[in-house]
Amino acid sequence: MSAENNSPAALYAEREARVRDAIELREPDRVPIFLYSTFWQALDAGMTCEQAMYDYDRLGEAARRSVLELEPDAYVLPHFMLALGPTMEIMDYRQLQWPGHNGVDPNVSFQYLDKEYMKADEYDDYLLDPTGFYLKKYLPRVAGVYEAFRKLPDFPGLFYTRVVHSTAAYDDPDVRQAFETLARAGAEMRTMLGKAMALAKELAESGFPLAISASGGAPFDLLADYLRGSKGAMLDMFRNKDKLLAAMDKAAQFIPRAMIDSASRSPCKTVFIPLHWGLDGFMSPEQFETFFWPSLRKVVMTLIEAGLTPCLLWEGDCTSRLEVIRDVPPGKCIYFFERTDMFKAKEVLGDVVCLRGNVPASMMTTGTPDEVRDYCKKLIDVCGDGGGFIMDCGIGIPDESKRENVLAMFETTREYGVYR
Amino acid sequence: MSDDKARLIEAIAEMHEDEAVDLARTMLDGGYDPVALLGHCREAMEIVGKRFEDGEFFLPELMLAGEMLSAISDMAKPLIREAGPTKKSSGTVIIGTVHGDLHDIGKNIVTFMLEINGFTVIDLGIDVPAQNFIDSIREHRPQVVGLSGFLTLAFDSMKETVEAISAAGLREEVRVMIGGGQVDEQVRRYTGADSFGLNAMTAVSLCKQWVAA
Repeated sequence: MSAENNSPAALYAEREARVRDAIELREPDRVPIFLYSTFWQALDAGMTCEQAMYDYDRLGEAARRSVLELEPDAYVLPHFMLALGPTMEIMDYRQLQWPGHNGVDPNVSFQYLDKEYMKADEYDDYLLDPTGFYLKKYLPRVAGVYEAFRKLPDFPGLFYTRVVHSTAAYDDPDVRQAFETLARAGAEMRTMLGKAMALAKELAESGFPLAISASGGAPFDLLADYLRGSKGAMLDMFRNKDKLLAAMDKAAQFIPRAMIDSASRSPCKTVFIPLHWGLDGFMSPEQFETFFWPSLRKVVMTLIEAGLTPCLLWEGDCTSRLEVIRDVPPGKCIYFFERTDMFKAKEVLGDVVCLRGNVPASMMTTGTPDEVRDYCKKLIDVCGDGGGFIMDCGIGIPDESKRENVLAMFETTREYGVYR
Repeated sequence: MSDDKARLIEAIAEMHEDEAVDLARTMLDGGYDPVALLGHCREAMEIVGKRFEDGEFFLPELMLAGEMLSAISDMAKPLIREAGPTKKSSGTVIIGTVHGDLHDIGKNIVTFMLEINGFTVIDLGIDVPAQNFIDSIREHRPQVVGLSGFLTLAFDSMKETVEAISAAGLREEVRVMIGGGQVDEQVRRYTGADSFGLNAMTAVSLCKQWVAA
């Protein structure tokens, strides 16, 4: 290979092409591999989980080090999930329990608090005016800084002189304070994002493309995780079916709109959709086809029409859903599987979507490099056949993974994953 | 069998919540024996459990069945003057989500299915330190301990909990089963548990098998 071909720019183009070939179901020069972890990179660099959530520079150093060492074909910056501690403190964010905050052990992962953030009798409010519902009811529940927003005007009721009169609300001491605090939170967030983007630029100049530019969710998950709580949403499937479906229909429009906006500012055109409640065992096939897939498919199609590549992370085991989720245009999506039978998935979906995954978490954390190598080879042989496969663990590299197992996954893919 | 009894059981088993709760209220208002009424609910729950095992029902149905049961119990229990004969327990299971993990949906389904199958379940909740399991084993003398966890950090917590149970000299007295989104045979070996399960039915059959042994 000539010196020119080893330049970072050439390597960047080579990696991008490798991933694009896999997505578009062509055979690349070798199986691509992504670097996606939550805390693993930080823990591997000797940081605590708490430090990963607060220390932007050390987290950046850990991310840089792992990208340069592992040389992935695309990588996810851990900042967007982790480096939120300072901003969350300022805004008094309440949906997450995280290390180093409120007495949580500095060495454990953050966890989302599954609660009812929207009551069953509030669907009508949400459906009439989602933004008003967010401003005056939802946001004050999920972050302390927004409590004063209860005093904001009722915006759709403003017209003519009421537009003028309503300015009085902004002189309320609590509202003034809230805007000042939000500006401080915003400054903190801009600092973090600035560092993250600078690192992404530096790594791009070293030859490494980003794996995702925005993330979103399934409409059912948005309702179940973030509004009604999982129990509330499941009961709504019986008690408030029409309203749940109507709310999901709204969400199916908001979700891609926000993702397209975020992705428009990035060179990367792949967007991420982690999925939580559609897996086997959680809802019936009929419920999946009523409450989960149609609205999710709408999101996926809107993203594809906007020129983006949706990467859907199907958590858990979704083997029974494979036939249904085949219904997307070929070569436009990545399906990232955790415990779904990957070999069956290749059979059913191989001509439609690029598969990604699924080295088991148990193997990465408690197994040996030999076991990892064998599993990766099997994935390469079967799922990699003819292209359309990206190597990764079940949901990215588990926090407690052994370093030698991570190295084994990358080495095996680079060496054994070459198409001949 | 009275019509009301059959209708109540069917309404619950068919997920007709309003009909079930209204009918139970009408029956109780008409002087129906609250203990007998709760017995009908238990019968209905057995049908729900069977349909869950058969793959006809899923989480949403279990959630709704639980809601119906608690609404009817809330009406019936204040009317009960003396406790009726209690059904003999199939065995005792202590269950909890291990230290560091806050996820409880899987644990709650297993609890629900074990109770339907006649087990006495002591649910220690979420983020449970090993010592709480040990204290509870000493107090309740269960046949089975169930450790639940969704996150990968739970693998170590499960291992530590099993080791602590051994160190307390209680390992020979109990069988340990683990469950949760990411467990498998490899994790079972790592933690030193006796068995693992990917769903609530496995938990029920393990407990039945161990209690019978």
